[in-house]
Amino acid sequence: MRCDVVVVGAGPAGSMAARHMAEKGLDVVMLEKRQEIGDPVRCAEGVSKTGLRSLTDPDPRWIAAEVRGARLHAPDGTTMVMSEDRSGNEVGYVLERKIFDRGLAMQAALAGARVMVKTRALDLLRRPDGSAGGVKALRFGEVLPIEADLVIGADGVESKVGRWAGIDTSLKPKDIEVCAQFLVYDPAVDDDYCEFFFGNDIAPGGYVWSFPKGRKLANLGLGVLGSRCQPGAPVRLLRQYLERNRPEARVVEMVVGGVPVSGPIERTVADRMMLVGDSARQSDPITGGGILNAMKAGVMAGDVAAVAISDGDLSAAGLMPYEEKWRETIGRQIARHYQLKEFFSRQTDEDLNSLMHSMQSMDMSQMDLRGMLKVLIKLNPKKLWELRNLVV
Amino acid sequence: MLTVDRYRCGYCGACVGVCPEMALELVETWIEISPECVECGRCTKICPTGALELSDKTEART
Repeated sequence: MRCDVVVVGAGPAGSMAARHMAEKGLDVVMLEKRQEIGDPVRCAEGVSKTGLRSLTDPDPRWIAAEVRGARLHAPDGTTMVMSEDRSGNEVGYVLERKIFDRGLAMQAALAGARVMVKTRALDLLRRPDGSAGGVKALRFGEVLPIEADLVIGADGVESKVGRWAGIDTSLKPKDIEVCAQFLVYDPAVDDDYCEFFFGNDIAPGGYVWSFPKGRKLANLGLGVLGSRCQPGAPVRLLRQYLERNRPEARVVEMVVGGVPVSGPIERTVADRMMLVGDSARQSDPITGGGILNAMKAGVMAGDVAAVAISDGDLSAAGLMPYEEKWRETIGRQIARHYQLKEFFSRQTDEDLNSLMHSMQSMDMSQMDLRGMLKVLIKLNPKKLWELRNLVV
Repeated sequence: MLTVDRYRCGYCGACVGVCPEMALELVETWIEISPECVECGRCTKICPTGALELSDKTEART
């Protein structure tokens, strides 16, 4: 079969790209290797309200719960509250990703994209010059070559598309957070706040989260930095956390996953190929959130694809506007947050406690992450000297 | 040799993301290991469920 663009992966990045290209009249095929889009989930499902609304009109069925803010907990129990509208990209709605992902794929399909599930990309088809000529797929057990002018890799943490096109996207252990999450029913869940718990014992190089999904249900999970991980540590630590801190919690679902925290990679375009979302390592290195960046990148890639196809220039140079666009926008924050992650993953519990203590006298309720950092640096100039360039 | 305990595996694909040789692939609910595996052990260390193992006491090469 033949099309203008083949999108590999039907997560938020792929679906947004597919929808935008289909709306511009391109013939789009979107592949999903799983038989069910969105399942199993690999996500804490938090997203900011204004962020999501700026990209699409959210269907109420996508949303499990709305929260009023975020509460941060230092290792010694000191807490700090941030209001919802200042808590960044991940706080506001807690989604039902299984329904959300399917909803976005449906929007792409309604716009005219052909969605093919249980269809896995095996390799790129090659043109005589070596560039991508489409994708060799395995659909329901049968090989299916899909010729296309352009391939968009939206194939997540385990991405292959970029690597086939010559971009090494493999993650170093220090650049991946490996996570485990239980969906729990627990009377101790605060239905109004996303909670973050820090500590080198409970989650080395990461944090424990509780994202409420309504009526005392919550995604309770944790991430461990890969370089500080032992085999099976995320699941083991999460069980331990539950035993020690949430004796009433009843687990009704378990998921695991890896989140890229590498910061911006060197290249996300090649001849006739673009990467979007987690496959482009566009998830936020400090929070681990990736939904909004993935959706934004999908839109940008879709727009650039439409122009490049009508101009007839699908070389890496022709696709470069995508690369420039995402780096100027979401890329700036991703780069800043990578530096923050490198710093915070080195802090001892005492450091984290003293940083949190230093802010206790300040009113943080109306501050965003950047404002908070500014205050932190002001209060702890010596300790945070290396981060001073992040706030100027 | 690298082996995967598919009864332990949570099929999340984190191992595929860190594999420097593209030797792993996540297919639906299992992990496939190809002969390109150099037994570096990166995947075993970061596996959230501890499903991957280097057996025969093979020393990590990288």
